[in-house]
Amino acid sequence: MMAAIFPLTLDQVSFTPAGTPVLQQASLTLERGARIALLGANGAGKSVLIQLMHGLLAPTGGTVRWAGSALRPRSQALVFQRPVMLRRSALANVAYALRLAGVPAAERQRRAAAALQRVGLAHLAARSARVLSGGEQQRVALARAWALEPEILFLDEPTASLDPRGSGEIERIIADIQAAGTAIVMATHNLGQARRLADEVIFLHQGRVAERTPAAEFFCQARSPEARAFLAGELP
Amino acid sequence: MNSFATALSLVASGDPKLIFIVALSLEVSMTAVLFAALLALPLGALLAVGRFPGQQTLVVVVNGFMGLPAVVVGLIVYLLLSRAGPLGRFGLLFTPTAMVIAQAVLVAPLLAALTRQIVEDAWREYHEQLTSLGASSAQAVATLLWDTRHSLLTVLLAGFGRAVAEVGAVMIVGGNIDGVTRVMTTTIALETSKGDLPLALALGLILIVLVLTLNFLAFATREWALRRYG
Repeated sequence: MMAAIFPLTLDQVSFTPAGTPVLQQASLTLERGARIALLGANGAGKSVLIQLMHGLLAPTGGTVRWAGSALRPRSQALVFQRPVMLRRSALANVAYALRLAGVPAAERQRRAAAALQRVGLAHLAARSARVLSGGEQQRVALARAWALEPEILFLDEPTASLDPRGSGEIERIIADIQAAGTAIVMATHNLGQARRLADEVIFLHQGRVAERTPAAEFFCQARSPEARAFLAGELP
Repeated sequence: MNSFATALSLVASGDPKLIFIVALSLEVSMTAVLFAALLALPLGALLAVGRFPGQQTLVVVVNGFMGLPAVVVGLIVYLLLSRAGPLGRFGLLFTPTAMVIAQAVLVAPLLAALTRQIVEDAWREYHEQLTSLGASSAQAVATLLWDTRHSLLTVLLAGFGRAVAEVGAVMIVGGNIDGVTRVMTTTIALETSKGDLPLALALGLILIVLVLTLNFLAFATREWALRRYG
């Protein structure tokens, strides 16, 4: 897997499908090992920014480059708010991602089993993925992403539809993935989660990057008035 | 009422002539659905997933051909297979093979249209995830077909139901030759016009029971799959 990600650069990136501005003129650079929380109100453009960085969406203006290349690299993964499980076992779901990534058949089962082990689901490997609980499905989704050994993992509100206990499990796994050297970009509404998992905060307001600040600083004294209003719960 | 009793005893007796007719019906229609499916399922999935010029037109055409009149299909296949036709040198007319071809042509649009509908729904759910994992169009098609396999079984059964129940196409290209190309529906048509109601009724009964059983199987499979796989 040679395709490199970093630096991941966005230069004046806009996304305005059918003339509706969703994201405007975002310029960002992400380096190896980044731990970033994307914050902002609903509709601020967090999901779109993630999908642009992941290469799932093409910008309508500006450029996205992965290590200087416009070709979407392999060694990255995205975990959605609601995991999409294929109609097969948890293990087969993880192995499927490895197959698409070109991992040889002999190695797939071993790596898939190891990934499920790391998210604490080894005992459910043979179960049908779609009949697992929401929290378990999200852990399978994380295992599926982690098995790919990505350089960067995007997470789009990974715990938004889970209870506190389920969220805690997911957070622990995300921390483990970070510790193994994977960069993280996570959209979240949970400020405590952002505080625990991120070094930096990118705050979006109405489709624009309002500020990018070290996390410790952001939560004490955010620079932009929009972020201060957001933190104070004074959503417009 | 008398004919009805005779029909029942005919079914119960296991009359060899009756068995041959039923067996040929099943064989022809199952083979036809199998061959039609080999083409129609990938085509349906491609119509659901792919984006290419003329796709919308093709969808409309396939949907329209779902209701293709069996006699017209019979006529077209007859012209293709007749001695003067482009495929005449194979000498297939009035053989079970000709009937398989006609029924395959008849049910292929039905299979493709229903497959497209089912795969399109699944694609809506899987699209972002599969794209994120880097699936090519061919890989996406294969994955979607496999993941909707229980629904597609229902599609195959619907196709089989249409094939085994049609009379126009097999009548024209098969010729309703006794002991060679005579199937359930063509026998019913012939025997009724001859006034031999017991045999026609017996076959009618078998046909109804067959179609009901298939529908029950399709229903049970889906229920089971839903519980097992979600």
